[in-house]
Amino acid sequence: MTPLLSVQNLRVGFPTRSGLFQAVRGVSFDLGRERLGVVGESGSGKSMTGRAILGLVRPPGRVTADRLDLDGEPILNLPESRMRRLRGARISMVMQDPKFSLNPVMTVGRQIAEGYRLHTGTSRAQARAKALEMLAAVQIHDPERVFDAYPHEVSGGMGQRVMIAMMLAPDPQVLIADEPTSALDVSVRNEVLRILDRLVSARGMGLIFISHDLNLVAQFCDRVLIMYAGRVVEELPARDLHAAKHPYTQGLLDSLPRLDRPVERLATLQRQAGWRDAPEEGTP
Amino acid sequence: MLTVEDLDVWFGHAPERVDAVKSASFAVRQGESFGLVGESGSGKSTILRAVAGLVDTWSGRIKVGGETVAGRHRSRGFHKTVQMVFQDPYASLHPRHSVDRVLSETLHLQGMVGIDARITRLLDQVGLGRGFRFRYPHQLSGGQRQRVAIARALAAEPKLLLLDEPTSALDVSVQAEILNLLCDIRAERGLTYVMVSHDLAVVAHMCDRLAVMRQGRIVEDMDAAGLRAGRAQGDYARKLIAASTRYVREA
Amino acid sequence: MTEMTTRAWLLSDAPQTRRQARLGALYQGWLTFRANRLAMVGLAILVLLVLVAAFAPWIAPQNPFAQDLAQRLQPPSASHWLGTDALGRDILSRLIHGSRVTLFIVGTVALIAPVIGLFVGTVAGFAGGWVDQVLMRITDIFLAFPKLILALAFVAALGPGIGNAVLALAVTSWPPYARLARAETLTIRRADYIAAARLQGAGPLRLLIGHVWPLCVSSLIVRAALDMAGIILSAAGLGFLGLGAQPPMPEWGAMISDGRSYILDFWWVAAMPGLAIFVVSLAFNLLGDGLRDVLDPKEGPR
Repeated sequence: MTPLLSVQNLRVGFPTRSGLFQAVRGVSFDLGRERLGVVGESGSGKSMTGRAILGLVRPPGRVTADRLDLDGEPILNLPESRMRRLRGARISMVMQDPKFSLNPVMTVGRQIAEGYRLHTGTSRAQARAKALEMLAAVQIHDPERVFDAYPHEVSGGMGQRVMIAMMLAPDPQVLIADEPTSALDVSVRNEVLRILDRLVSARGMGLIFISHDLNLVAQFCDRVLIMYAGRVVEELPARDLHAAKHPYTQGLLDSLPRLDRPVERLATLQRQAGWRDAPEEGTP
Repeated sequence: MLTVEDLDVWFGHAPERVDAVKSASFAVRQGESFGLVGESGSGKSTILRAVAGLVDTWSGRIKVGGETVAGRHRSRGFHKTVQMVFQDPYASLHPRHSVDRVLSETLHLQGMVGIDARITRLLDQVGLGRGFRFRYPHQLSGGQRQRVAIARALAAEPKLLLLDEPTSALDVSVQAEILNLLCDIRAERGLTYVMVSHDLAVVAHMCDRLAVMRQGRIVEDMDAAGLRAGRAQGDYARKLIAASTRYVREA
Repeated sequence: MTEMTTRAWLLSDAPQTRRQARLGALYQGWLTFRANRLAMVGLAILVLLVLVAAFAPWIAPQNPFAQDLAQRLQPPSASHWLGTDALGRDILSRLIHGSRVTLFIVGTVALIAPVIGLFVGTVAGFAGGWVDQVLMRITDIFLAFPKLILALAFVAALGPGIGNAVLALAVTSWPPYARLARAETLTIRRADYIAAARLQGAGPLRLLIGHVWPLCVSSLIVRAALDMAGIILSAAGLGFLGLGAQPPMPEWGAMISDGRSYILDFWWVAAMPGLAIFVVSLAFNLLGDGLRDVLDPKEGPR
């Protein structure tokens, strides 16, 4: 069976004054109908990986890959017009902060409906019905009211649910969620995660969950990729995260203060130069 | 060291008035580390700002080291006693001032002598070293910036440090370094900390006692051991602890 | 020190001295600016303008005031590269001497207007309350009049002449700077670094001069560079209406005005100074664009 998304030796580079800066250096993975976590610190290239898959790396940034297939079909560096048709319909993205992703002068419901119509070409009434259905699916109790609300009239958690509703309306095969809950409070966060979880499993989607929060990823995902300096340094099943082998993963876990394990001093991460330059996957 | 009684803080005027803090009271002893936790909008940062004199619409009583403060005005002595570290190290350093300028201006304002030697000592203390003295903020990483902000707060040799989510904008590995630094400094100088955070694990690690806030009110007082053991009196605090500990997947 | 090490020294991320840090920051800015080709063109034109103005008496082929009625309205030729005007004066020489007048106008206005604007705007934004109200209403009053009309009124009251024209332009062009400075101050005022400085006991004057001004100045410089084109045109407009430079001073606007009666038969009399105004205005615009890349504090370096 072909994987939903297959990435082989993905690279993203930006020319700078002092030469080419490689944000992503040879990332490879296959995504099935699963929740794949991508974890790393800022600058590890985790967000850039998501953007590169969606064709959202702006020039002068350059994306190369040996393979970037969505359901067996190559989508690397497609012309923008074709990519736009693909984005939303078959592969979608939820960003960190809904405030910046929603159009402030259009009602929430209209944005969902328009997005849906754009990809499916259904009638206005059908799109409206679909939008209301999606709002209900993300556990919004009075979809009619939220449909007519403007983005500034909804809270952060509600905004993020609206984003999820909008992104999932056209039934994409793959959803990339980039820190979807980092801007939310814990109580709201868990609710949003649960909604995401339920929708993804009910529709048999593949989910790429990008986050800096190891513990969250360990609990939420099936499989985890740990990224460092643009490379995947370790890949393992989420439930085995606490038995990670790579010193970087271990270091990250140890540096977290934990409620259930008081320590006198927190362990700090001793970065080793070797982590950057270890043999890269996909290169001869 | 710090006593807050019946503190109300509000923003704006009557029909649109927002009450950010409602009759909050707590006391922090000399040498203690006290945490304020809560979700966004619970008013925890606003309390710090009111104490520091960055908000003028408040009522109640704030006493710092026996001195009662009023409104927004603070005495010279206050600035020598109380300093603050802000949440976002990208916003708390002036983009056009070098580290040298930030620290020398601060030391000058605090009426210190031997400024050159003091800058070197401060930079060593926060683990930056003198090589960083003439850098501008854009030449520093987030963690390094926060170290500069800590050095700035220490320049006055204060007794009470207000920490407003000092690590929430940083990566976890950098967070560990900064938290360790703050612990060391406190042990060394016998400082009193009031730390605001949304991260219960960070507060449990750093603080002896804490208050849980919700919608402007303090709803729970507890100590770190109680927090670790999940011994909360109220419903809200219990739920908050449960939600922070783990995400439970549905069956 | 060789070329390479000087560059490395300037670009060092860990400068050792205050001087190295400052020079390094300047060099970074220069590199960003240099990357913008058009801005470099603008800069080159303006450097040329300054050189021409400085050495005008030596460069100009003829005396700009010498009339030769036998040679009036000559087309461009080997002896008069840009032709002659209605009084037989060499247009090229007048343009070269006129560059001094242009630079004087631009320089003076650029010194006065942004400074008034910076002062009014930052004080209003930083103080807030009734100070803000009073200063901004005054600004509004100035903004409510069309600039040229207001300048005309000033010149009419003060009497025509180049000095009064400059004064009128400066006095009428500060309000936009004040608005800009105020808007910037309002965001800066709320920043954490201002709160931090306040906690050290910094007074309002220190905050204003040491913290707010350095951030406002860069956007005002950019704005001023972009406005210079408009100032040149306004000055030329005043000259054209006979309210600026008085004859026989070779001011570019006045020169166009002189040529206007012959514009159909002897086009070069009006076109040459027009071209000069166009080129210099364009240069200022290009320069302003480049400066924006370098100075805009919102888009850090790199």
